[in-house]
Amino acid sequence: MLRRAVRTLDERTGSAPFLHKALRYVFPDHWSFLLGEVALYAFIVLVATGVYLTLYFEPSLGKTVYHGTYGPLRGMQMSEAYKSVVDISYDVKAGLLIRQTHHWAADVFVAAIVLHLLRIFFTGAFRKPRDLTYLIGLMMLGLSLPEGYAGYSMVDDLLSGMGLAIGYSVALSIPVVGANVGQLIWGAPYPGAHSFESRLYIAHVFIFPILIGTLLAVHLALVASRHHTQFRRRKADGQRRVIGVPAFPGQAPKSLGLMVGTAALLFLLGGLVQINPIWLWGPYETGLSTNGAQPDWYLGWLIGAMRLVPGFDVTIGRYTLVPNPLWGGLLFPTLVFAVIGLWPFAERRLTRDRRVHNVLDRPRDAPWRTALGAGFLTFVLLVFFAGSADRAYVSYNVDYSTQIWIYRALLITAPVAVTWLTRRICLGLQRSDEIDEEREAAEREARQAAQAPA
Amino acid sequence: MRRRSETVVALLLFCSAACAVAFVVFYAIEKLGRNTQYMGLALGGSLAFLAAALIVTGDRLVETEQIEEEYPLPDEAAQEQVDELVADTGRRFTRKRLLGTAAGLAGASLGAALITPAASLGPVLDTDPLTRTPWRRGRRLVDTHGTPLRADEVDPKTFYTAYPEGADHDLIGSPVIVARLDPGRLRLPRDRAAWAPEGIVAYSKICTHAACAVSLFRTPRFPPTQPRPAIVCPCHYSTFDPAEAGKVIFGPAGRPLPQLPLMVTAAGELAAGGNFSGPVGPSWSEVRNRRAT
Ligand code: FES
Repeated sequence: MLRRAVRTLDERTGSAPFLHKALRYVFPDHWSFLLGEVALYAFIVLVATGVYLTLYFEPSLGKTVYHGTYGPLRGMQMSEAYKSVVDISYDVKAGLLIRQTHHWAADVFVAAIVLHLLRIFFTGAFRKPRDLTYLIGLMMLGLSLPEGYAGYSMVDDLLSGMGLAIGYSVALSIPVVGANVGQLIWGAPYPGAHSFESRLYIAHVFIFPILIGTLLAVHLALVASRHHTQFRRRKADGQRRVIGVPAFPGQAPKSLGLMVGTAALLFLLGGLVQINPIWLWGPYETGLSTNGAQPDWYLGWLIGAMRLVPGFDVTIGRYTLVPNPLWGGLLFPTLVFAVIGLWPFAERRLTRDRRVHNVLDRPRDAPWRTALGAGFLTFVLLVFFAGSADRAYVSYNVDYSTQIWIYRALLITAPVAVTWLTRRICLGLQRSDEIDEEREAAEREARQAAQAPA
Repeated sequence: MRRRSETVVALLLFCSAACAVAFVVFYAIEKLGRNTQYMGLALGGSLAFLAAALIVTGDRLVETEQIEEEYPLPDEAAQEQVDELVADTGRRFTRKRLLGTAAGLAGASLGAALITPAASLGPVLDTDPLTRTPWRRGRRLVDTHGTPLRADEVDPKTFYTAYPEGADHDLIGSPVIVARLDPGRLRLPRDRAAWAPEGIVAYSKICTHAACAVSLFRTPRFPPTQPRPAIVCPCHYSTFDPAEAGKVIFGPAGRPLPQLPLMVTAAGELAAGGNFSGPVGPSWSEVRNRRAT
């Protein structure tokens, strides 16, 4: 049966050699190599659940009055978009399960990408010949942020409206052309033309997913064509030959298990852990907002940045060159992405190391990279946590403005301290490695010496 | 040992099947109603058992060996050939400069032509709409339901959100925040002396930082014990002083809240005495050069 199928296929497509190669593709074994896979599987769940949601979602800002199952909203005026999401949550069977799974999958997707990026960075896997793969991965991360933002913004609940108001202000804050850009995207001054909803929608369900999907395909093709990297092994020329289990049969059940396991986790979260209960937030109006609102985690760093920037617009006479939201909302993330994206090239310059690298560094093997990476990560994390300063105010009653000043002070000092400390730790670990090696060598010698007379 | 593992895998697969069936049952039974938890548990459970089966299979039942393969090396001969081919073709052109310039021009023009229709997405060059608000002299302040706000109803202990009568409440220039302050403590610029009848002030409710609605009064920056009222934005906690013409006293906002001049009609209702003191909402390059229209 199987043989027949393979033969039939090969006669028509000539795919047998390719298939064989694919089945014997070598996977070096390490748990951290699976983070990227988790992102891939979350993406699959996103597409599947997303398609289901589009069958019910109505991307329209037309006004309607709610008469559905959820009592507290009955008789309220709201947009078709918001109503359709309340309906998905309350009146479509399994609708809430799918919706929550979709939302969780988005959060896990970005989280997995970020962890994957950290792994790649701290092991030096981005070096030639994989720098292009790295940049494409980074682009996917960059695209997944507006993708998620568009997704929860088009629901038109109170929180999404607040997010859009901030997005609009960031657009407006672009020097010189901000007003034009803002009106172009929104179609009119905030809250924008009715067509703005269709724009969000098509961006969320078509443009960004297609871009991400395409880059994903290229990313995977590049990974396969250059092969996986691997950690150093004794007695093996890891630079020249890749060692690991074959895709089939060795890796296949593991990866499939991981895929199904990721889906399991997402559906369990979607079923058991409430996320973004939009019926509680209520429909959005321009004049409404709520305290303690938090965006999805992957945009938390932008809120944090906008809160930490001191209050000033850069003006020349009466001309406003840089309205304040630009710093935190646009320049800060651009800077972060630029630093991450340019790192491989900067490192190549600074270390003058232009060779091809198939063997990974352990973090301690490259103390400067690890130290600077840790320092930079500290910086971004601090900004991220500043985004929840109001939560800390409510929960622990630490004065908000005090917190902001503490964060500002930490932003200057902590990254330096972490960089210094990390480098020290790396050097210490290297030293203890050396000691271990020396001891082993000595023991070996001693053993040989002991055996020699016999 | 192998048989044992096979039994385990089979059992896990049975459990997965059972959960999948359970999902369908939960879905089908009307009586259970909105049973997101059961359905999630069943579907997630089914997937989890399947994942476990796969992992046990991979771990115990699949014999696998370590294999090796060479990392691919760049194929220099092929690179050479491509170079040759392109260079060869190029050599036959005699006026490369001219053709290159012309092609560049065509490409750039065509590109520009193709994106031109995108200009219809919004009023690109005309930024006047940004300054427009529905407020005019004599326009009454109403609440969400359209009931006019009376001056004697404005309680000093709280604040109110009001809209221009008969206008779209959702416009960025519509919502205002109304509060009654101690007239003796008001410190408005001289030309606004008449803007706050009986100490009642009105400001745009849209934060000048990033367009959130400023919907907090005093908290969280000001413990309720602190006497000075303040208007606070919940997004990045810009704090404005309503007694001092909406001045920013904390936070990232770069401009004061635009103030709406008020007057009291013969019937005792609040009405606008004109348009805002400046454009409402977030800043753009020209914001300080424009007036609200
Ligand atoms: S939007 Fe009000 S402080 Fe940022």
